[in-house]
Amino acid sequence: MELLLQTLVSGLLKGGVYALIGMGMTLIMGVMGVINLAHGQIMMVAMYITYSLFAIFGIDPYLSMAIGAPTIFVLGAAIQRYLLNPLMRIETILPENQVLMTVGIGMVLTESMRIIFTSDYKSVQVSYSNAVFFLGGVSFSMPLVIDFFLAVAMTCALFWFLIRTDMGRSIRATAQDKEAATLMGIDTERITWITFGIGSAIVAMAGAMLLPIFYLYPDIGGPFTRKAFVICILGGLGSTVGAIFGGITLGLAEAFGATYIAMEFEDMIGLVIFIIVLLFLPGGFKRLTGV
Amino acid sequence: MTTMLEVCDLCVRYDGANALRDVSFDVMAGEIVVLLGSNGAGKSTVIKTISGLVKPESGTITYDGVRLDLLPASKVFSHHLAHVPEGRKLFHEMSVEENLILGSLKPDAKEKREETLKRVYDLFPQLKNLSGQAAGNLSGGEQQMVAVGRGLMGLPKMIMLDEPSLGLSPKLALDIFRIVKTINGEGVTVLLVEQNVKSSLAICHRGYVLENGRIIMSGTGSELAQDERVKEAYLGI
Repeated sequence: MELLLQTLVSGLLKGGVYALIGMGMTLIMGVMGVINLAHGQIMMVAMYITYSLFAIFGIDPYLSMAIGAPTIFVLGAAIQRYLLNPLMRIETILPENQVLMTVGIGMVLTESMRIIFTSDYKSVQVSYSNAVFFLGGVSFSMPLVIDFFLAVAMTCALFWFLIRTDMGRSIRATAQDKEAATLMGIDTERITWITFGIGSAIVAMAGAMLLPIFYLYPDIGGPFTRKAFVICILGGLGSTVGAIFGGITLGLAEAFGATYIAMEFEDMIGLVIFIIVLLFLPGGFKRLTGV
Repeated sequence: MTTMLEVCDLCVRYDGANALRDVSFDVMAGEIVVLLGSNGAGKSTVIKTISGLVKPESGTITYDGVRLDLLPASKVFSHHLAHVPEGRKLFHEMSVEENLILGSLKPDAKEKREETLKRVYDLFPQLKNLSGQAAGNLSGGEQQMVAVGRGLMGLPKMIMLDEPSLGLSPKLALDIFRIVKTINGEGVTVLLVEQNVKSSLAICHRGYVLENGRIIMSGTGSELAQDERVKEAYLGI
């Protein structure tokens, strides 16, 4: 019983951060109709920024988000504006090629980081990295608990932004009907790079949160791109609410897989669920909830 | 009267074919002007070109002293012009009120958002009760009201309506024409594209008839309604 609770807790906590990662990707998907296969790699770059700020200046990973997230916003916005949007203007290039472009961008980011930081494992050891507290026999990892509440706060902030502000409304309008958005005077091209920037900044924050828990190396991006993709498919492509469910589901599935099957299956479990969802619930949770 | 819109020698090519050839017409401030013509005559293309959604090959479009043909589509609408598109193009997953709000993104329209919203609800009392509903769940007539309301939210000097009565029952279509008249009465210039020739000629000041991308006839509403060719081709008399 304790083991079950423990698994549930750690899955849920990790799921909160996963939800954040998934929301970044699904936001971009919703507006551009393009899967950003460099999503995890962008997160990896953010993690290196966080790492550098810690290693050089001793800035706490959570505080350095204030620097990392805006920097990655600029990186993401520039990728959309100067690398992806030009592809859209050429009619002979299929839109699918933007996806291929993101794959290439992901590789360039990975190798650039390898040149700068080598392939060595880096880690950020803060005083609370291994801190744990117990509640009724269940252990709570301090960083994961902080991450979870931060992720919830960010999610609320994102929804507030999307629902309550004109910029958020413009983003949703562009996602629903580009031509109609143009008729409202929305510069939809500007919206595309702002959205890509926001999606990137969100995953950058998730990256900073994960740094006290994960080892960092250049190839860590790939697995997280895959995770983000699985989360988006689970939640239904383009659905931000779905991404929350998708993230939590993946977090729980991984935790239960690791506990009850074997540690090595942690990553595989997500992909198995991915296939099951594609087979039996194409459209993901979005199909059930309608949002 | 001042000229609100002046379209001069407009030529548009669509997929290599001539969609519009040397189209020239003008709309005076305060007028209701209707563009008539059968399906495929190029009426919608005229409006889309004014909005910047379609780029002209040659010709000029001057609206309220500004050359719209030189601007990208998103900039066109900062000039107090509204385009209510064919098929309404609402944001279906958003609420009625959100749709209306999206019509008022420009700084000056945003400032008066609450005020204009109230005015739109006064004009369409039904929408007030539906304000929280997803636009996609509304009936065709209600959706058309949202589309017109959304256009008005931007405080336009001129509103362009593309087939507002399309797909509506005759009674609802009549409602729409009455609303157009009301809006015009409040000082908004109207450029109307319609297939419903009889009703639109009844409310318009002037009209132009488009055929195969050219303007073949123009005149006041009653002149056109009396014209033998119009009667034969469009009124079925």
